[in-house]
Amino acid sequence: MQALQQIKSSFVPLPIENVDTDQIIPARFLKATTRDGFGKNLFRDWRYEQDDELKPKPDFVLNQTTFSGDILVAGKNFGCGSSREHAAWALLDYGFKAVVSSFFADIFKNNALNNGVLPVIVSENFLQQIFALSASDTLSIDVAAQTITIDATGAQASFELNPYKKTCLLNGYDDIDFLISRKATIEKFELEKG
Amino acid sequence: MGKTLFDKIWDAHVVEKIQDGPSVLYIDKHFIHEVTSPQAFNGIEKRGLSLFRPKQTIATADHNVPTLNQHLPIKDLLSKMQVDQLIENCEKHGVELYGLGHPYQGIVHVIGPELGITQPGMTIVCGDSHTSTHGAFGTIAFGIGTSEVEMVFASQCVLQTKPKTMRINIDGELSSGVVSKDIILYIIAKISASGATGYFVEYAGSTIRALSMEARMTICNMSIEMGARGGMIAPDEITFGYIKGRTYAPKGADWDKQLADWKQLYSDEDAVFDLELTFDAAEIAPMITYGTNPGLGMAIDANIPLTDSISNEGERKNLAQALTYMGLNSGAALLGMPVQHVFIGSCTNSRIEDLRLVAALVKGRKKHDGVKVMIVPGSQQVAKQVHAEGLDRIFAEAGFQIRQAGCSACLGMNEDKIPAGEYCISTSNRNFEGRQGAGARTLLASPLTAAAAAITGVVTDVRDLINPN
Repeated sequence: MQALQQIKSSFVPLPIENVDTDQIIPARFLKATTRDGFGKNLFRDWRYEQDDELKPKPDFVLNQTTFSGDILVAGKNFGCGSSREHAAWALLDYGFKAVVSSFFADIFKNNALNNGVLPVIVSENFLQQIFALSASDTLSIDVAAQTITIDATGAQASFELNPYKKTCLLNGYDDIDFLISRKATIEKFELEKG
Repeated sequence: MGKTLFDKIWDAHVVEKIQDGPSVLYIDKHFIHEVTSPQAFNGIEKRGLSLFRPKQTIATADHNVPTLNQHLPIKDLLSKMQVDQLIENCEKHGVELYGLGHPYQGIVHVIGPELGITQPGMTIVCGDSHTSTHGAFGTIAFGIGTSEVEMVFASQCVLQTKPKTMRINIDGELSSGVVSKDIILYIIAKISASGATGYFVEYAGSTIRALSMEARMTICNMSIEMGARGGMIAPDEITFGYIKGRTYAPKGADWDKQLADWKQLYSDEDAVFDLELTFDAAEIAPMITYGTNPGLGMAIDANIPLTDSISNEGERKNLAQALTYMGLNSGAALLGMPVQHVFIGSCTNSRIEDLRLVAALVKGRKKHDGVKVMIVPGSQQVAKQVHAEGLDRIFAEAGFQIRQAGCSACLGMNEDKIPAGEYCISTSNRNFEGRQGAGARTLLASPLTAAAAAITGVVTDVRDLINPN
């Protein structure tokens, strides 16, 4: 996993609530057996008419040149529904390093963190402040300080991040390395449990 | 202070608690399927590891499999590749596979319980959000991502932060025509698609106690649709009766010992939950959804809410967008609206009891000409039982198509898709945009309500068919 310390970038606004993982990456694209290449199908059915890459829907934000950046900003309950980690892979592969929302679904949040995509939880009010910004505005996210700042106004919010997960993100460690290092303890647990 | 059922099982499985971090949680049973496991197998191979406890992982092929002509090679090459890779990975790593052609093959959340693999007090995970189904047996069961599948492969553990606990009490008797699917659709409509996020839910109360295991599984299955980490029900005589004698259930003295342990699995009287909700079963009518998340549901004889009546801007926009996708009008009734498809299946409602309910209603009746009806049993064993009980003849006479086991049109990964713009009354769990096929419009309902629509060709209050006066 890639280490993640700071992000300063413009953002892509998606002011829609309850964005489920079927929208992030539809089921028909889950037939791959590797983690790569999901970015081109990110939000596939919101991006294209009739599943045709030659027919982009002009209203959808990823098809507009106005907005770009490493940060996706979305309405509350982002990532609900299916547990498919392909959703996190698609966001990462497309180039997003962080998703900002007022509320995340639990499994998506874990999947994102396990792939070095940072879920940033802000208040509904702060989220609306971001949606009100112009396309040229930037956001700064500091993982160590657990803060997100609207650079134009200086408005800042802190976000929750489990200290263990923070260490993993800052250093690019993953949980599997950690668990493998605990094998002796796990074997002892098995013996005691019987 | 007493312990909740959740706490009892959780505490018995914590290997260690990381300071200021999650817990290392030991996993008793790990189910895998073809879609969310290949990258995890690749991952451990890349690390040069073998599976830590391969005997605690059980595999099946369900998401991608065709539901017709399963004896023939899979036509869709990508699906075939994924199913073939599962076979290869299971052989290489010593994992028991109930693949296509095996008498135990089926939807992962149907076969675990029917084989007696799912037992009270266990921790169970699977790379699939509907793993919460197994909670009906008094287990901590939840869906995980593929990185976590790899963690279980490597260590038989996952890192989990302890969720908050919620108890949902439902008391009283259900009205005629109302079944467990209606209970869970009702709860989700009440508390929204994110109403239980961050919580693990225990369902309790006299209504729940009176339900069969199949009906309890339907409720726990959809816990994820209100955001819950999982759902569970304390085991009782109904649970023990269901498990006893199944293929992998404990036998003899082992059974007696296990049973004594299982009987300790309940929330203590003085246990405290972070949140407690109570509903009255008598208030619940047959339910149907009208939107694009499972929280947008209502009593079948109600009207769709008026968008203007919703004060929260985000929710108002959400509903307006959903109704545009669904081709439905704010304030309109659904009763009498024509539907083109009926899908009876999925890990929510494809068990023998669901199909018996459907058969009892359709016996001697025929489907409406304007509707295609697909019945997809949850497993090979369910299909066998359907045949043994003669339900297949009832379905055939009604003009229903009965297919082979798999996830099918619940998520349309195989060829079972609903065409764009058409309506499907579905017994599955998700009405998301495009879930059953690009542009497909899903109305979630119980097997009874789905069967009623199959007969009439329109959204129907099943109570009118049961009590024609």
